[in-house]
Amino acid sequence: MNAPSYNFAYLDEQTKRMIRRAILKAIATPGYQVPFASREMPMPYGWGTGGVQVTAAILGPDDVLKVIDQGSDDTTNAISIRKFFGKTAGVATTTSTAEATVIQTRHRIPEAPLHGGQVLVYQVPIPEPLRFLEPRETETRRMHALGEYGLMHVKLYEDIARFGHIATSYAYPVKVNARYVMDPSPTPKFDNPKMDNCPALQLFGAGREKRIYAIPPHTNVVSLDFEDHPFARYRFDAPCALCGAGDSYLDEIVTDDKGGRMFVCSDTDYCETRQAAGHRGSESAAPHREVAHG
Amino acid sequence: MTPLAELPAGFADKVLSAQSTFRAVMDAMARPGSVQRIAAVAGAPKGMMPGTAAIALTLFDHDTPVWLDARMSARPDVAGWLKFHTSAPVIADSSVCSFALFGDPRDLPPLDRFAFGSNEYPDRSTTLILQVESFGRGTAVELRGPGIDGTAMLQVSGLPRDLFERLAVNATLFPRGVDVVLVRDEKIVAIPRSTRLAMRGG
Repeated sequence: MNAPSYNFAYLDEQTKRMIRRAILKAIATPGYQVPFASREMPMPYGWGTGGVQVTAAILGPDDVLKVIDQGSDDTTNAISIRKFFGKTAGVATTTSTAEATVIQTRHRIPEAPLHGGQVLVYQVPIPEPLRFLEPRETETRRMHALGEYGLMHVKLYEDIARFGHIATSYAYPVKVNARYVMDPSPTPKFDNPKMDNCPALQLFGAGREKRIYAIPPHTNVVSLDFEDHPFARYRFDAPCALCGAGDSYLDEIVTDDKGGRMFVCSDTDYCETRQAAGHRGSESAAPHREVAHG
Repeated sequence: MTPLAELPAGFADKVLSAQSTFRAVMDAMARPGSVQRIAAVAGAPKGMMPGTAAIALTLFDHDTPVWLDARMSARPDVAGWLKFHTSAPVIADSSVCSFALFGDPRDLPPLDRFAFGSNEYPDRSTTLILQVESFGRGTAVELRGPGIDGTAMLQVSGLPRDLFERLAVNATLFPRGVDVVLVRDEKIVAIPRSTRLAMRGG
């Protein structure tokens, strides 16, 4: 009797075949949500069960895996998924965006430009962009079939009517390949332009909702907007306090109970790479020595 | 019918061979027109190229009805090998198959004999796997669309003369339509339904 062990990358082969077929259909129909028989994973829904299943289906022994949660390599979710695949697939892991071949992400797209040899796997909580406007699956499915997306424009218009601008700041809807309106997962709208004409393959997995969708490389991705209210990115008007970056998406960190706060890069790898290259922000302790981390 | 003991083997390492084959197919599908190489070695019955065999072992199972063209079904080894290694049902009705295998694509029936999926479920469609004579020679076509940076050129011989015109019509049905994988030995090229084709002589 052998000691109990898992298959390579945890999932059994029949499950991988089913997911792989769904991924191929998703790539052939960019932005369309392909139903798949999502499995229970050894982690709760909301922790990236969809992304983990997609990653498990594509991962090979030669891959180098990076996992980020809100841009950070060292949060609980990112560390546990990285360790999960280190243990079940024995793959090399990294925190470097440039070195990774597969990047699983929750709610961010890395700042460093992606290249053609990479696959970006998104963890998606609610894949249906129309769900909060129309709760019935039969109806949203028909709206996608007909390309009937007026309701989404009404939603954005109501933002303008109430707030004077499009106040949707994350999960900002996009149109893929001039056909399907798609939820980019709860990434900040700052990241939306990175999806357009991206050289890397982008795969989206929603475990609880049992959907997989994809954006092939070099695909046209447009954020929905109006001529008189064009899409605009948003970032805090400050440089990163650690690396001084003026172009990255920032997290606001409260530092005391007197209103003190600082802004730092949400993408930890980007920030550390810049610090290692000698960039300094207002709060960084110089000289910076510690570069590698777990 | 060949006795089971004489059937060619499948993958030596099912797990890792299926993974590397899938990545080749995924890269081909994500970059239409690019030639990808399947590195995994598998036995294949006569009439089936190694690339076709590897794709079958990677993607086929009891959930995927398979349809065979006249050339493939003329060899009972092919159906026997598929059933033994993948458990995929080999069926006669091409309109409900998940995959269709062509030993001789020159006899390709009209594409509407296969499943296009519906506008609600475009994923319920057939993937055609065509064994061709060669890449880099023969009919040339220019490809555009998702997965392609600008344009890509593809040259294939051993296809029906009008296949690219038919695939250009297929692309206009988007999101419905069939996806095509061309195989020559261990090399593969994919033309998903999202790809737009323009003829370039040759």
